Amino acid sequence: MKLKGWKEVEPGAVIKEPGSAMKFKTGSWRSLKPRWIPENCINCLLCWIYCPDMAVKVKDGKREDFDYDYCKGCGICALECPGKKGKKAIVMEEEAK
Amino acid sequence: MATPLSLKELSKKEILFTPGHRMCAGCGAPIIVKMVLLAADYPVIASNATGCLEVSTCISDYTAWKIPWIHSAFENAAATISGVETMYRSLKKQGKINDEIKFISFGGDGGTYDIGFQSLSGAMERGHDMLYICYDNGAYMNTGIQRSSATPFGADTTTCPAGDVIPGKMQQRKDLTKIMAAHNIPYAAQASPSHWGDLMKKVRKALEIKGPKFMNVIAPCNRGWRSKTDDAITLSRLAVETCCWPLYEIENGNTKITFKPREKKPLVDFLKPQGRFKHLFTPENEWLLKEAQEQVDKNWERLLAEEACFAPKETKEKASKEQ
Ligand SMILES: Cc1ncc(C[n+]2csc(CCOP(=O)(O)OP(=O)(O)O)c2C)c(N)n1
Ligand code: SF4
Ligand SMILES: [Mg+2]
Repeated sequence: MKLKGWKEVEPGAVIKEPGSAMKFKTGSWRSLKPRWIPENCINCLLCWIYCPDMAVKVKDGKREDFDYDYCKGCGICALECPGKKGKKAIVMEEEAK
Repeated sequence: MATPLSLKELSKKEILFTPGHRMCAGCGAPIIVKMVLLAADYPVIASNATGCLEVSTCISDYTAWKIPWIHSAFENAAATISGVETMYRSLKKQGKINDEIKFISFGGDGGTYDIGFQSLSGAMERGHDMLYICYDNGAYMNTGIQRSSATPFGADTTTCPAGDVIPGKMQQRKDLTKIMAAHNIPYAAQASPSHWGDLMKKVRKALEIKGPKFMNVIAPCNRGWRSKTDDAITLSRLAVETCCWPLYEIENGNTKITFKPREKKPLVDFLKPQGRFKHLFTPENEWLLKEAQEQVDKNWERLLAEEACFAPKETKEKASKEQ
């Protein structure tokens, strides 16, 4: 990722591209990695609404896997996940070195 | 038609706040922004006071916002959006714009309770059609956890450090929600990201009301609260269940508590997991815990009394018959 020089930056620090932060992948911050276990998932989507990094993918109302490009590994999803019959559908694991 | 407030339906909406922002892992503030923007069924223009949310969502050439968004300074987020809203009204009058647009201002507790207080008070008093949302993490987090007038009693911060001289902050929090309601604005409310439905309902309600609206939302910050990265939702829920952060709204002067915990948990349940209150759990500081609990009880009792006092006539009559 190349930073812009001062001559390339818009006057008034205007950013003309909405959501350009998407170019900055925060996944490398992670030290713990959430793993989704579909068989324990009840599709409540609490992980989706509580994720601070929009890193839980949902398509047509159905839970899909994590977006590891952005997940910072905070673990909120795993803590809030009700799971099925007491079995969590998200577990946190050491990120591979 | 408004999107139903079900997670399944909401998940089909585009979130106008993107990942790639640089808030800390597990920060509460981006969760709140996401919920606010998901709740809004109108085009939104926002302003943002300086603070973690602003700094981390527009670093250099990268913005996490997919809505028109302005940052000018720390002390004037409300003044900034009130200017935009005024321009909008003028353009509308001139027939140059027809869309129904809503105006929201975001500020941290430092930017709202303290430094932006005057511009916020002015904007509310002038009656602008805007919603001000304070994400209250209880200190100036972005500059390294300095105390603000929102910092809870007893908390350890870098400018009221718990040690031999003082046991953390010795003053009570300013009750900003009540102060905003005292501006006689049509809507002031308190919310928490743990209770997402309640928060989003309040945003929806606020956006339908013409005039100035204020919402105060508790925003856990694991850096400043010295807590774990995964507990933002758990802690904000505990704040509600211990009644130290009650969920209520004041609509046209009438107070309504929107969530009453079945069992009011002891305040220590909220304090214990946070390192900023660690020093309170020593024998010599026991009196502080007692005092903090008494403050919470008193404020909660007062809120219940206010609700009873302003309840609509029919409910009051019903309540007295039931007794
Ligand atoms: C006038 C002015 N004073 C001080 C600062 C430095 N400053 C930047 S962010 C910040 C803290 C913001 O605290 P708060 O509003 O509570 O938001 P938080 O960072 O906690 O989310 C301070 C003191 C500034 N930018 N402008
Ligand atoms: S310091 Fe606190 S408020 Fe700021 S980004 Fe980090 S967790 Fe959020
Ligand atoms: Mg703050």
